Amino acid sequence: MTKQQANWSPYDNNGGSCVAIAGADYCVIAADTRMSTGYSILTREYSKICKLAEKSVMASSGFQADVKALQKHLAARHLIYQHQHNKHMSCPAMAQLLSNTLYYKRFFPYYAFNVLGGLDSEGKGCVYTYDAVGSYERVGYSAQGSGSTLIMPFLDNQLKSPSPLLLPAQDAVTPLSELEAVDLIKTVFASATERDIYTGDKLEIVVLNADGIRREYMELRKD
Amino acid sequence: MFRNQYDTDVTTWSPAGRLFQVEYAMEAVKQGSAAIGLRSKTHVVLACVNKANSELSSHQKKIFKVDDHIGVAIAGLTADGRVLSRYMRSECINYSFTYESPLPVGRLVVQLADKAQVCTQRSWKRPYGVGLLVAGLDESGAHLYYNCPSGNYFEYQAFAIGSRSQAAKTYLERRFANFADSSRDDLIKDALIAVRETLQGETLKSSICTVAVVGVGEAFHVLDQDTVQQLIDAFEIVGEPEGPAAEPEPEPEPEPDAAAEEGTTADQGAAPDQGVAPMDI
Repeated sequence: MTKQQANWSPYDNNGGSCVAIAGADYCVIAADTRMSTGYSILTREYSKICKLAEKSVMASSGFQADVKALQKHLAARHLIYQHQHNKHMSCPAMAQLLSNTLYYKRFFPYYAFNVLGGLDSEGKGCVYTYDAVGSYERVGYSAQGSGSTLIMPFLDNQLKSPSPLLLPAQDAVTPLSELEAVDLIKTVFASATERDIYTGDKLEIVVLNADGIRREYMELRKD
Repeated sequence: MFRNQYDTDVTTWSPAGRLFQVEYAMEAVKQGSAAIGLRSKTHVVLACVNKANSELSSHQKKIFKVDDHIGVAIAGLTADGRVLSRYMRSECINYSFTYESPLPVGRLVVQLADKAQVCTQRSWKRPYGVGLLVAGLDESGAHLYYNCPSGNYFEYQAFAIGSRSQAAKTYLERRFANFADSSRDDLIKDALIAVRETLQGETLKSSICTVAVVGVGEAFHVLDQDTVQQLIDAFEIVGEPEGPAAEPEPEPEPEPDAAAEEGTTADQGAAPDQGVAPMDI
């Protein structure tokens, strides 16, 4: 008597990669624009990035139907917050809200792997990284999605602070400038595109800084 | 209205077929400070008198943003107004979540009216003691509605509610035929003049009034105090002892208020549609 297996899954994985890097006074959030299912491409021009508040931008890979529902949910909650408090939500507040929203569906999760990027109340860049059920942490950089296993080690190499136990003593990593961060993102996605079949087509980069928000695109390999 | 034996419950009819509790609720609206609304084809303006109880306190909020395309001004029990605004906001959010488009204003006022009606037919409830001027923009154009505690609602070109609103209504009745084609700035000017009418001689300053606008390409927002004061100064609207009693003279003067204003031509030039002498309407 073999165990009964499900003949249908409520989830699908639409692939794609998301990255965010925080700087001293900026934050870069990037994601590719390819949406896949199985070995097929559904579209080459789908944005995984959503602006939730004035200084909070979220990029999510995974099951895009769940991602869309999650984005709509957060947008509605943000509207309510604005009516009640007469101001936009701060990025740390949005980070907590996202975590709570994800855990609310602990037993039928949003199949969404999120990175939230923005500026904190002091104007410094912040990046929050999540799992599907809301466990989150503030970090300096993060990658999620199908290409994350290719991207994250490279970001660690470039951005991670060296251990204080190492000899000879090394300085902490020099902070990146905004242009260097954008360049790093482009490099990282170009590499991930080479080996991850679900990452490619186009790269969407969103930069948040004191002047506001800026969007940039870069072509990626389409195979 | 005098006390009688039929006014204890909202669920008791009087022999003359009246529900006194509902009528008393409408009295509460008349006791609140004035709120005025007017609309053109493309814009709707809400203005209200905002007087604080004492110098030490802040004034009550009477204009609420409900959504980017809808706003509401209230008169009467502000607490009831706040609760109803929260309901309206919630309805707008739920509608646009489901339909990815803004809630049509006419739908919202019907829902609001039905909600008010419930309170006129339950023995354990009381009617809402607040009148709402709902200003909004949707696919069918610019709208201004008035929602009563009775559960009735009406659409208006211009209206005023609250204490001393009759003075504003008289002014609006004289001018409303021009509103449909008014520019945004002229509409705001008329709103400010209407507010001034309710002040009965007191000087109009931005500290005692609030103005909000919604229009094509312009989300609902409350104008900040500096802008309002600048508009008051630009239009040179000063407090007039005669107020609404100023009879329009059948002179070739563009408008009856020209005699009251400083008489500079700068702001007159902005309003060719005010060439109709009020007596002609």
